[in-house]
Amino acid sequence: MNHLLRPLAPISDSAWKLLDTEATERLTAALAARKLVDFSGPHGWEHSSTNLGRITPLASAPCEGISAVQRRVLPLAEVRADFSVSLAELRDHDRGAVDVDLGDLDDAAHRIARAENIAVFHGWSDAGITGIAEASSHDVLSLGDHGDAYPRAVARAVELLLRSGISGPYALALGRDEYTRVVETAEHGGYPLWDHLRQIVEGPLVWAPGVRGAIVLSMRGGDFRYASGQDLSIGYDRHDADSVHFYLEESFSFLVATPEAAVALTS
Amino acid sequence: MGFDQYHEPPDELPADTRTFARLCASLTEEAEAIGWYQQRLAVEPDPEARAIMLDAQGEEFKHFSMDLEFLLRRTPTWRAIAEGILFRGGDIVENGEEAEAEATEGEAGAGGPEPDGSGSLGIRSLKGAAR
Repeated sequence: MNHLLRPLAPISDSAWKLLDTEATERLTAALAARKLVDFSGPHGWEHSSTNLGRITPLASAPCEGISAVQRRVLPLAEVRADFSVSLAELRDHDRGAVDVDLGDLDDAAHRIARAENIAVFHGWSDAGITGIAEASSHDVLSLGDHGDAYPRAVARAVELLLRSGISGPYALALGRDEYTRVVETAEHGGYPLWDHLRQIVEGPLVWAPGVRGAIVLSMRGGDFRYASGQDLSIGYDRHDADSVHFYLEESFSFLVATPEAAVALTS
Repeated sequence: MGFDQYHEPPDELPADTRTFARLCASLTEEAEAIGWYQQRLAVEPDPEARAIMLDAQGEEFKHFSMDLEFLLRRTPTWRAIAEGILFRGGDIVENGEEAEAEATEGEAGAGGPEPDGSGSLGIRSLKGAAR
């Protein structure tokens, strides 16, 4: 048994499978960052830091005649989203019920996916993470208020990347409102905005809950590095007469290696 | 050309199992080659010939490692056990027994979709999942 204490939960193997499958489906839809950046790991729960290859001078050394420096690392952050499931609902699942209420799990999955997206795209200063948008060396571009203006803005962003020597394919991460606008909009002549933007970036358009505005970034690899310690997991916390209390958890760090490789756009 | 890496009729095997078997055969061949070069190096006195064989053996180390990594990526339980044994200090046999126990416990009881012993959901990278 590891730190997740899963065997201690008073639920059946079938109920565990139900929770894992539901969480995986919900997370996979919302984990936008993992669809666009390099992923290493999972390196395990014991993995605590990412090597930066940098040093900090030390003011003193153990004795005379010695110079000393200290390695700098980026510590992994842990994030956790608690949720509960009714014991009665899980018992009904064991009886064959197909409409089990897993609303609290769904909310937790969305929260933790959103947290990961925000950390990667906009940063998390307390955890030492600089996000893609804030690291970008390019000016922030305006998307405009209407979907019709999106192609021009995205094309400008792609041109900025090309001018900086950043090759494609590129991707477009869209916040919730911006994604909806793209999906529902047809340009003059009825051509779907989605298809037009896909042609411009030559890569995927991704629904990215937590993203403010949109971000165009290169997917050539090597520019954005997500390091996973413990990959997303469900752990057991406790139970009472009515409910079992679980949590979704992961540990990770994120580094921008090439600030020129992304352009942020605001609505 | 022989097809003796298969122990079952190849046309009854799924494509991914045939690929798996090919890489297992390749892994075996690379390990054999490493052993052959080790023996040749033990008896060859000519420095120039030794340099060539050392270089060739290095290639086999690389090939073996790539084959192994491929197979581990496709076999979570194997990977989980290997992670408990490879590149660690301590007693190899003890590490092996512990790694096997943890990996198979995760497979049988934890209910996670990826029996890699970590209890994780096995989501990992989603690159390629977006359109």
